[in-house]
Amino acid sequence: MVLASAIPSGVIVLIGAVFLACAVEMVEALTIVLAVGHTRGWRSAFEGSGVALLALAALVAVFGPALIHVPLAVLRLIVGSVLLIFGMQWLRKAILRSSGLKAKHDEDAIYLETVAEMSAVSASPDRDRVAFTMAFKGVFLEGLEVVITVLTLGTSAHRLGLAAITAAIAVVLVGIVGVVVAKQLSSVPENAMKMSVGILLVSYGTFWVGEGLKVRWPGNDAALVLFVVLYALVTWFYVVMIRPSSLTIENGMRA
Amino acid sequence: MNAQRSPLIVRLLKGFGMFWWDFLVGDTPELFVAVLGIVSVVALLRLVWQVNTAAVVALPVLAIAALGVSVRRAKRAARR
Repeated sequence: MVLASAIPSGVIVLIGAVFLACAVEMVEALTIVLAVGHTRGWRSAFEGSGVALLALAALVAVFGPALIHVPLAVLRLIVGSVLLIFGMQWLRKAILRSSGLKAKHDEDAIYLETVAEMSAVSASPDRDRVAFTMAFKGVFLEGLEVVITVLTLGTSAHRLGLAAITAAIAVVLVGIVGVVVAKQLSSVPENAMKMSVGILLVSYGTFWVGEGLKVRWPGNDAALVLFVVLYALVTWFYVVMIRPSSLTIENGMRA
Repeated sequence: MNAQRSPLIVRLLKGFGMFWWDFLVGDTPELFVAVLGIVSVVALLRLVWQVNTAAVVALPVLAIAALGVSVRRAKRAARR
């Protein structure tokens, strides 16, 4: 309790947003790497993942220090706008999935799809380029979202180190869990995690767009917590509002 | 006959542009446009008319409205 009250609310929201966003992306990347490894061998899967991680590290090394030189108000306005768009996209998807209007992200189906895709192409005797490319693309594209989340949230909050450490912990934790449970990544409550990330990103986006435009928030950093509560309630309201009623479903089934 | 491939730098720039287009616009252009609108309205309120309270209220309210419109649009599309 004492520790929680000593940590600014902005830091708690930052850690939560980075951790959940990284964990979700890591689950998606790991599904592809596991599928590649099981079907085409672990060497190409690890090589593809390793090269993707190096490419991502190079991106952080190039763009990380550059972002620090951008004036804070401009950075917060741009980052806030990006987070608002990105967060609303996640939230919209999560609302549609929770209400049953969109199929849930199924890691088992993605795993099987990747396995089928890999099995259809014959492996080359010396170097498995298909497996390498698949693992590279999976890790790089999902990792890019992690990099953007960490860089934007970290630099705007002036806590890039904390954001990077949080991301690393999320990646390692999901990696360990993924290896232990192997093919059971579908049991991860991905939609609930995505919804939480969406709420946190929209909250941060709102806060920083305001800061970038010199809005004085009541309670300063505490406004962030208020936004989290507000957007959580709105999300719940939208899920309930657009969920097809049992009567409609019944009528639809009769038709 | 092999089609001529464009130079590496062109392909990289194209890929970079495509990534950001997909990342920010993708299949929800209404959210992209809405955020541009929200930023413009709050900038007018705060920087031109110098009113803080209206900006504090407008920002989250407009974001909530934009999300609602987008969700409703998706619901209509799902019905079709």
